[in-house]
Amino acid sequence: MNSPDTAKLTPSTDEFIKGLWRENPVFVQVLGMCPVLAVTNSAVNALSMGLATTFVIVLSNTLVSTLRNFIPKQVRIATFILIIATFVTVVDYLIQAISLDIHRALGAFISLIVVNCLILGRAEAFASKNTVGRSILDGLGMGVGFTFALLCLGGVREILGSGSLFGVALFPDGFQPWVVMILPSGGFFTLGVLLLVFNRIRSRQEQQQALLQEVAS
Amino acid sequence: MNDEALGFIFLNACLVNNFVLAYFLGICPFLGVSGKLETATRMGGAVCFVMLVSSMCAFGINQLLTAINAPYLQLISYIVVIASTVQLVEMFIKKVSPALFRQLGIFLPLITTNCAILGLALFQTNKGYDFIQSIVYALGAGIGFTLALILMAGIREKLELASVPELVQGTAITLMIAGILSLSFMGFAGLGA
Repeated sequence: MNSPDTAKLTPSTDEFIKGLWRENPVFVQVLGMCPVLAVTNSAVNALSMGLATTFVIVLSNTLVSTLRNFIPKQVRIATFILIIATFVTVVDYLIQAISLDIHRALGAFISLIVVNCLILGRAEAFASKNTVGRSILDGLGMGVGFTFALLCLGGVREILGSGSLFGVALFPDGFQPWVVMILPSGGFFTLGVLLLVFNRIRSRQEQQQALLQEVAS
Repeated sequence: MNDEALGFIFLNACLVNNFVLAYFLGICPFLGVSGKLETATRMGGAVCFVMLVSSMCAFGINQLLTAINAPYLQLISYIVVIASTVQLVEMFIKKVSPALFRQLGIFLPLITTNCAILGLALFQTNKGYDFIQSIVYALGAGIGFTLALILMAGIREKLELASVPELVQGTAITLMIAGILSLSFMGFAGLGA
């Protein structure tokens, strides 16, 4: 990874980029849905949740891949969960120290990062089989992709539900906020529609690729 | 100490603040296991049981952690208790009814990462419920979870016969239905305080 030749650089940057779009944890793998829906009633909450998850996933990937040769196979899942729980406790106290308001808004969902299937999934599927460097990149990519998805959802819901973005009012006083969007049902609707849009974009891309291949042959 | 009435706690956990449709806890099994009515019912039963046992254990652990003044161990000990409870349930079902064990398959160990169970343990601690209140709360949450799962499975069985556009098929349509279900559960809000 530290050698500059492109042949080695391409695959490692790919570990990072795949999490952003091609294997986006929310839109493609549909993992870690609970925090995605629960804390995205405003863009600020979505961003802080995304950053906290990224922090945990990068650190747990690092530790898991460092210890991957020492962890016995039979108890690996339990070990992974313990490692993740440790970092989540760290994040919980960190957020409390940085901003009490955000800690109150996110509530129990910070602790619930432990059971985010995305983190355990990356530990099991990637970090336990790859080198430390690649695992960090993978964790970073997945984390950024997750944050991106949370921001999409949080942005849409805050704009429609409160008429603001990051707390800044967007519309004149006459705007009637669409309150249902910040309530639970709005979360389900918005995510459903976003998945629909994402499916559409992807099927378009696939069609174009198939067409190109046909022309080439 | 919290002195809410027991019936109120039950209604609150089961309908008004349904774990799946209002708190978004346990969405993964809600989307994953709700394809068939039969599996949904069995899954609901297993989750109910794990919830009850882990709620009781979490109550004991919380007492202990408060006594030795170590709240930072809360999360780690809860997750260990839940993982061992699931393991215990798995062994119990395997011994008593091998047929049911085969039917539940992979979903049984996955209960460990069901956030509804850890969420329940955390909420009951935050709300300061005593032992009886915790059990009622767990029962309400478990029944609420089963109810949401069964409702969803019933709708999805009907949906298989409907002509759904190709782009919306799968998760997208399931989420939209969940949105409508959640909207209807908001009608129960008048029951709570």
